[in-house]
Amino acid sequence: MDLELMINSLPKLLNAAVITLKLLSVSLIIGLFIGLFFAILRLNKNIFISRFAYGYSYVFRGTPLLVQIFIIYFGLGQIEYLRSTVLWVILKEPYWCAIIAFALNTSAYTSEILRSAFQTIKPGIIEAGKSLGISNKVIFYKIQIPIAIRQSLPAYGNEIILMMKGTSLASTVTIMDLTGVAKYIISTTFKPIEVFIVAGGIYLFMTFIIHNVIKFLEKKYSFN
Amino acid sequence: MELLAFGDTGWGDELFRATLMTIAVSITAMIIGFLFALIFTPLKLSKNKFLNFIANSYTTIIRGVPELLVIYLFFFGGTGAVMFVASIFGYNEYIEINAFITGAFAIGIISGAYSTEVFRGAIQSIDKGQFEAANVLGLNKFGKFFKIILPQTLRLAIPNLSNVWQITLKDTSLISVTGLVEIMRQSYIAAGSTRDPLFFYSFAAVLYLLLTFVSMKLINRLEVKYSRGY
Repeated sequence: MDLELMINSLPKLLNAAVITLKLLSVSLIIGLFIGLFFAILRLNKNIFISRFAYGYSYVFRGTPLLVQIFIIYFGLGQIEYLRSTVLWVILKEPYWCAIIAFALNTSAYTSEILRSAFQTIKPGIIEAGKSLGISNKVIFYKIQIPIAIRQSLPAYGNEIILMMKGTSLASTVTIMDLTGVAKYIISTTFKPIEVFIVAGGIYLFMTFIIHNVIKFLEKKYSFN
Repeated sequence: MELLAFGDTGWGDELFRATLMTIAVSITAMIIGFLFALIFTPLKLSKNKFLNFIANSYTTIIRGVPELLVIYLFFFGGTGAVMFVASIFGYNEYIEINAFITGAFAIGIISGAYSTEVFRGAIQSIDKGQFEAANVLGLNKFGKFFKIILPQTLRLAIPNLSNVWQITLKDTSLISVTGLVEIMRQSYIAAGSTRDPLFFYSFAAVLYLLLTFVSMKLINRLEVKYSRGY
């Protein structure tokens, strides 16, 4: 056990963890909005619209995240037309490509979580709102969304942790996140176990924090 | 389309073989995972605090650390560990372990952590009366486990195990970083030599979708089989 290496690599890995957290938070925020959008489409009565939303989540949940990143990072750059548009400013950056892939991926899972949350809302609650003369829009924003958020918290907490682990794939497109730096240190020192303990420890610590924040929110927003 | 031709001109046969490799790694990893679950589920359910601690550490660490990091540990650490053991026996040459074995083992350990949780949940949700009834019938430990508990556990576990299978199948794409030629690696090679990454990565996505789709259909059949009588 090389304690010196473990102590020396800690600051480097902690700096890289900041990048991991940035990737995670930005893609979660974007993914939440896209996910909500697709959850609403999924509940649409028009069968084509709901099928489209189902297809979206099926494709993103049925393929590995690595394929999605590679299609966006390596694949889209191949389209000549894209290179001449403003989008290219974003797509040539591995950082943004990774965020787009993560956001789309998490939005597929989020849309499923939100959809099932919306579906578990008792019809009586919506009827109660209607009988009070509240407009459909207000019922949606003031009654359905808050209840859906509460319902989906446990599942969404899991999704955040899965996504945090997913951000490690950013290292495959040259981003030096926590896993990227860990791999670099491993391949230069050939001390995989020591580096794994430090980097894994940081990941576990982040998982622990996320887990407890979600638990706290669940308690805060519980009905009783 | 000619990019997918079989033979020397296209990548069809290479991608077909790569798909078989993905299936082989996934199944091997799933089986290794079951073996791990077989060891750790009883430890999780045991009344001994120390055994509980070991099993909980295993599932918590593996489920809290990215799969890629675990794969790097095995990829870089596996060779070192084997060479260390070999050096005890006086063999000091460089040993390279097979990428298939390293990969299947790394993914297997990950899949095992998820399987352990699934089996624990399934066994815990079996009614206490079933255990008691088995005792009353005078069945021995093996009869109790294999005839009474296991069939009921399987029924409850299959839907969740099908999720574990999906995760395992998708995780095998990460082994491509170690150079094992499965779908992802083969697409990477093909994309590099034809300069058509968009086509090959999209095709890889289609192959994965096909694999998940077909396996879901097969698992649904199993589910029906094990829910007979309910």
